[in-house]
Amino acid sequence: MKTLIIADHEYGVLKPETSKTINAAVKLGQDIDVLVAGFNVSETAAAAASIAGVNQVVLVDTASFEHQQAENMADLVVSLSADYSHILASATTTGKNFMPRVAALLDKNQISEIIAVVDADTFKRPIYAGNAIATVKSLEDKKLITVRASAFDLQDTQTAANIVNNDTSNAATGSVFVSKEQAESERPELTAAPVIVSGGRGMQNGENFKLFEGIADKLGAAIGASRAAVDAGFVPNDMQVGQTGKIVAPNLYIAVGISGAIQHLAGMKDSKVIVAINKDPDAPIFQVADYGLVADLFDILPELEAAL
Amino acid sequence: MKILVPIKRVIDYNVKARVKADQTDVDLANVKMALNPFCEIAVEEAIRIKEAGKAEEVIVVSIGTKAVQEQLRTALALGADRAIHVETDAKLESLQIAKLLNKVLEQEPAELVILGKQAIDSDNNQTGQMLAALSNRPQGTFASKVELADGTVNVTREVDGGLQTVALNLPAIVTTDLRLNEPRYASLPNIMKAKRKPLAVIPADSLDVDLTPRIELVKVEEPATREAGIIVDDVAQLIEKLKNEAKVI
Ligand SMILES: Cc1cc2nc3c(=O)[nH]c(=O)nc-3n(C[C@H](O)[C@H](O)[C@H](O)COP(=O)(O)OP(=O)(O)OC[C@H]3O[C@@H](n4cnc5c(N)ncnc54)[C@H](O)[C@@H]3O)c2cc1C
Ligand SMILES: Nc1ncnc2c1ncn2[C@@H]1O[C@H](COP(=O)(O)O)[C@@H](O)[C@H]1O
Repeated sequence: MKTLIIADHEYGVLKPETSKTINAAVKLGQDIDVLVAGFNVSETAAAAASIAGVNQVVLVDTASFEHQQAENMADLVVSLSADYSHILASATTTGKNFMPRVAALLDKNQISEIIAVVDADTFKRPIYAGNAIATVKSLEDKKLITVRASAFDLQDTQTAANIVNNDTSNAATGSVFVSKEQAESERPELTAAPVIVSGGRGMQNGENFKLFEGIADKLGAAIGASRAAVDAGFVPNDMQVGQTGKIVAPNLYIAVGISGAIQHLAGMKDSKVIVAINKDPDAPIFQVADYGLVADLFDILPELEAAL
Repeated sequence: MKILVPIKRVIDYNVKARVKADQTDVDLANVKMALNPFCEIAVEEAIRIKEAGKAEEVIVVSIGTKAVQEQLRTALALGADRAIHVETDAKLESLQIAKLLNKVLEQEPAELVILGKQAIDSDNNQTGQMLAALSNRPQGTFASKVELADGTVNVTREVDGGLQTVALNLPAIVTTDLRLNEPRYASLPNIMKAKRKPLAVIPADSLDVDLTPRIELVKVEEPATREAGIIVDDVAQLIEKLKNEAKVI
């Protein structure tokens, strides 16, 4: 039996999460096929074919898959599922949307957001906002899995594997795409950035997030936020880090004016190095910080920018 | 129109879960339990739709032990009209929950089902999508805005790159994200009134769903703890540490 990975991409750009999901799949020790479904995605397929460990890319390039809607993505994956004992997708909002639908259509459970492959049937996954790690063993003959990409490394590249065209064109059924408000940013994606500067309610308003710009420029950092900062309208929702936002694990995470609620820690406590800047010495964020600075962020941020 | 809202009883979100010494599970004895925050948002949304005159009835349903009736009463106090308790002592998997919910949906054909996107205990984020598959309905997950029109619902979804809006023909399934609404508090008179609202109990066994476990919980461990850090005096020391000790800049 083989493993099938469903590639995640946005506007034709293959997401690094896909490479990390392949990294997890390699540990299963089986041949790996990658499904690239979308519209005008031949270059995406080429990028997927060049990830080490990939045997073959199945390319479905048609307008009905432009927005990777859950309903027709699920039907497509189900139609391809027979040869595969393991079907994996990244736990991005796209993967989380269609994968449980695939699972139910195949009468299987889904194992969500694995962080380790123990063996072909056994996986580790965080539960209770990461306050416990469960080892679960699937007794089913087909495993449907989403992968928490932050727990795995990027794969190397290889000479491109074979790409086969599949001309399925499931009519888009179910939900109908209406519109998308794309967040525009010159900065690296939160989930791919080596450094993240993240602001919380302590930033007071959206305007003050500009204090991060110079620092982020110098460090090549992405800018993140706590839920409180997003809820207060300082910054858009795609910047939220946490249990219900993005899960990140950069080399360096700088939390500024963030208290360190369980739900925020769930999204960033696996960062390699954590810095906390907070004026409250009792803020729980200091319990996970490697380096804490008890000070007013409005004094510190300009100093930090100047010193870098 | 009827709206069905499946709700889950979970550990209170302010409480930090602890692992049992024997590593068999998380210790929930004497821990404060509550309505899953995403389910609270789902209940609130359903009530708002009813208050706007676009639905006649809000039915809440929960699957679990007798204890879940506490959360069903909470939802009734918030404004749901009646409750269904699917009773079982078994620890169920999401697929089984979705199948049981689908059976309830067959008995209570609601045009709209609103679930939480995720239960904060299992962090599965899958039941709504599974129910959508089983009931062959379109899905609008991670909703931050739900707009009902004639026979359709527009759902604005929180996605990694920003916001996406999809239109679903009813009947449909929606799952809630945190910014969909701000749930209300139950007033004392409403809490009293909720005690008299109908709550039906259905044994899970009577719904003809195979409840044999297919996932084995091998072990539950504490996550790796981080080594205690230090407090630095100033920016200069911070930068020195990041450069020379942590070597990350
Ligand atoms: C179901 C659920 C899911 C959730 N998911 C998430 C999630 O994914 N991500 C998330 O982040 N939260 C999440 N939350 C919310 C979480 O519980 C907290 O409410 C939130 O993280 C708090 O954000 P904060 O730290 O920015 O705000 P606060 O807790 O208000 O902290 C602000 C901090 O700023 C400091 N401060 C203020 N002024 C200054 C200054 N001038 N200089 C220095 N420091 C200053 C204060 O000392 C304080 O520590 C979730 C909650 C629930 C119920
Ligand atoms: N035992 C249950 N009873 C009723 N609804 C449930 C139950 N478990 C999960 N749900 C619903 O499914 C949603 C998502 O849960 P999950 O997929 O487990 O993360 C929850 O927010 C509830 O709306």
